[in-house]
Amino acid sequence: MCLAVPGMIIERSEENGLPMGRVDFGGTVIPVCLAYVPESKVGQYVIVHAGFALNIVDEDEAQKTLALWRELNQGDFGDLPGERSA
Amino acid sequence: MKFLSEFQDPDSARRILDEIRRTVTKPWVIMEICGGQTHAIVRSGIDRLLPSQIELVHGPGCPVCVTPLELIDKAIAIASRPNVIFASFGDMLRVPGSRKDLFVVKSEGGDVRVVYSPLDAVRIARAHPDKQVVFFAVGFETTAPGNAMAVVQAERERLTNFSLLVSHVLVPPAMQALLRSPLNRVQAYLAAGHVCTVMGWKQYEPISSQFRVPIVVTGFEPIDLLAGILAAVRQLESSRASVENQYARAVNREGNAVAQETVDRVFEIADRKWRGIGVIPQSGLCFRPEFASFDAERRFVVHEIEVAEPAECISGLILQGLKKPHECSAFGARCTPQTPLGATMVSSEGACAAYYSFQRNRSISSH
Ligand code: SF4
Repeated sequence: MCLAVPGMIIERSEENGLPMGRVDFGGTVIPVCLAYVPESKVGQYVIVHAGFALNIVDEDEAQKTLALWRELNQGDFGDLPGERSA
Repeated sequence: MKFLSEFQDPDSARRILDEIRRTVTKPWVIMEICGGQTHAIVRSGIDRLLPSQIELVHGPGCPVCVTPLELIDKAIAIASRPNVIFASFGDMLRVPGSRKDLFVVKSEGGDVRVVYSPLDAVRIARAHPDKQVVFFAVGFETTAPGNAMAVVQAERERLTNFSLLVSHVLVPPAMQALLRSPLNRVQAYLAAGHVCTVMGWKQYEPISSQFRVPIVVTGFEPIDLLAGILAAVRQLESSRASVENQYARAVNREGNAVAQETVDRVFEIADRKWRGIGVIPQSGLCFRPEFASFDAERRFVVHEIEVAEPAECISGLILQGLKKPHECSAFGARCTPQTPLGATMVSSEGACAAYYSFQRNRSISSH
């Protein structure tokens, strides 16, 4: 029931008063309820658990993290990305 | 696939691993809470690549594994009734109850159906007004929003033949309970990334400061896991303890407000028993009185059955990070994914099943 991978919204619709969509997980397309991500758009990636999209994957944050790991050379590790509590 | 292969890049992984090696000077015990992460760690071999000072222990974050035996037995009793359609996520069907599992109920003629979403169960209720449709609502903060929405939707449609058998548990109280235990070995946590998509990471601030334990919100790909471990090791080595978010593409501090409100509307916090661990105060969800008519435990009076776990199974100790699966005498012999004795062997998120699938057996040291 816990799907760890994000999928892409390929279609939005409405069913019995609920916002629904079809989400593509690398070729497997699954109907997903979008009630918890009402602002989501076709083309965006969402994290889905038990048929519900729980959030939209933040493309900028993903790129920031990737760039950091890619660009760092040995011995060049400064602060890690991401937020932290005080 | 996008957001996947980039986070599996072997060069980046090697660099983070090197940095972990350079950073660590002392032995540390780090627990990943989430069973999905346990599976990913064992599959990618991260547990074997880490320097020997770092021991990863596997937490209780597998909903299949922690659903109490009594509740499985209740599910079996309800599913065996003639006018009931019992809907469940597929991985609950093979969890052994004290005498049988839901698959056996199905083979004996019970109407047990595997669904992928609780809304599928609502759909079945709509299509079969003459039947009672019961959905087995298990899981953590990740499945609670969907189950709450299913109830809201059933109420909106005035479906009187839909109910939930609820076994919802919450992660932060379990983390606290483990830290309070006199046997505790955990020095830092990797917090379950997707629980945090719903709840945010602010919940962990009081735990981190009260117990002086680093908590790092971590994703599921090798780069995410290694970055989470590196962040935890850095905090441990410098005697810091804060909440850190290494999964910023999916998690923010506040979480998903709409999901939290919906869960809060339908459910309230209650004591819950965790399979293998026992009752943890305020560690789960039950129906609010306004929604009690959707509670399958009220609709079907099922007697409390006192049941005992198989004596050999040490899954309770495994779920608390005190033992590893291969230390169980039944592991791989009397207990396999085909013939599971305990729930941690059933779910692919269970530590025993992960060790079995990826052949972490006795030939490997207990590290
Ligand atoms: S191997 Fe089987 S019997 Fe042993 S702890 Fe795991 S689930 Fe229980």
